[in-house]
Amino acid sequence: MIKLPETVEQTVVNILRLANTKLPSDVGWALEAAAAWETDGRASAQLGAILDNVKKAELLGRPMCQDTGIPIFYVKGKIPPSIRQDIAAGVRRATAEIPLRPNTVDPLTRENSGDNLGEGMPIVHFIPTEDAYTEISVMVKGAGSENMTRLGMLNPSDGAAGIEKFVADSVLDAGGKPCPPGVIGVGIGGTAEECLLMAKAAAMSSSENPDPVLRKMEEDLFVRINGSGLGPMGLGGGATVLAVKIRKACCHTASLPVAVSVGCWATRRASARMTGDRVEYSQEADV
Amino acid sequence: MRFIRSPLSREDAASLTLGSVVSLSGPIVTARDEAHMRALEHLREGKAVPECLYGSVLFHCGPIMARDGDGWKAIAAGPTTSARMNSMEPEMIRRFGIRAIIGKGGMSREVCAAMKECGCVYLAATGGAAVSIAESLPKVLGAEWEDLGMAEAVWKFEADRMGPLIVAIDANGDSLYERVSESLVRI
Repeated sequence: MIKLPETVEQTVVNILRLANTKLPSDVGWALEAAAAWETDGRASAQLGAILDNVKKAELLGRPMCQDTGIPIFYVKGKIPPSIRQDIAAGVRRATAEIPLRPNTVDPLTRENSGDNLGEGMPIVHFIPTEDAYTEISVMVKGAGSENMTRLGMLNPSDGAAGIEKFVADSVLDAGGKPCPPGVIGVGIGGTAEECLLMAKAAAMSSSENPDPVLRKMEEDLFVRINGSGLGPMGLGGGATVLAVKIRKACCHTASLPVAVSVGCWATRRASARMTGDRVEYSQEADV
Repeated sequence: MRFIRSPLSREDAASLTLGSVVSLSGPIVTARDEAHMRALEHLREGKAVPECLYGSVLFHCGPIMARDGDGWKAIAAGPTTSARMNSMEPEMIRRFGIRAIIGKGGMSREVCAAMKECGCVYLAATGGAAVSIAESLPKVLGAEWEDLGMAEAVWKFEADRMGPLIVAIDANGDSLYERVSESLVRI
């Protein structure tokens, strides 16, 4: 806990630095476990190179991956009216200071703004509550994995077996492109856009699923996908996913939306809870 | 692990066996989507193309670079997803005589065919191992097409024992990714 009156802009720079340079402990442990269980020599070398890189990034205070993504912010609790501008200022400063790679471009002209801002940026989701605090969480996800995102509008008759097949195929068809082994976020139900939001939020979550049915499905998919042989970087081996995380919501009686947010090994997140002039930092997140 | 040095000859490329692990030293150049598009466009229009692309080891990478005195320093430089360049790479390999491509995730059958035809290999770097790889690129020899932006510019590096790199497509066009994909267990 830090007891300094700190601007929101500075807090945003701090969580971007934390998320980019230090892997959350649950993800780090999952990688260590994967490396310990791996029996394929080539796969072990990949996992060793990843763990080595994670240590160097933390030690040197540099982003662990050059693709520092487009940061996705979640603001929960009391929503200050200027929060979007403050986050934008934090992103601009973090890009120059950490530094982050300037990634945002106009989708048609491909012109780069140079500061990770521009039309529609930054991406901020709001979760207003009656709490006295304001919590800003950030997820950093590169394009290699983001490009593998899938939304399937399945038929209700496809059922749980259809959902699991869709998730497994999404991961296996992506091959080595999204830098496996990563955390796979899954949304089941809702409307099309809600389903994708659930998948993203699930991928970011550090907590255990409270729903026993979903927990069972997560475990089944974890075993099934890791038994595929795809392996780290798609070069073969036992470690293809670090975790599968699922959320669900009710959907239309005629629909069965399923969204898969494929993550890379570098599941990067951090959050800050601001109460008065107190700021508490954490790398756990649940939005 | 075998240590290799660029520039690579056709024989050097042909001597790299599928699945083996190598470490590379010597000059390499980065190029991704925009640099590929511009290089091919300039060739078609008869405009100048950076000399460093010819016979090169091409690194699919958009690094984070920082100013270091008058020059530059690589902060983070992991590989990017090579498949995005699938449609342009066969012509790049044929026109520039590229001897090795460093990337991640593998490339299409068409690219493998061009590799076989011209004697080029694909070396898989560990995706996201950006700091380790940046540390193996201690010398920045310069940049071309800086107007494309930090990620898309052509950066020229001198690599020092860059690796581990896995020979994932050999000069016969055989692909490790294809082998893994064919033997995947899908229940």
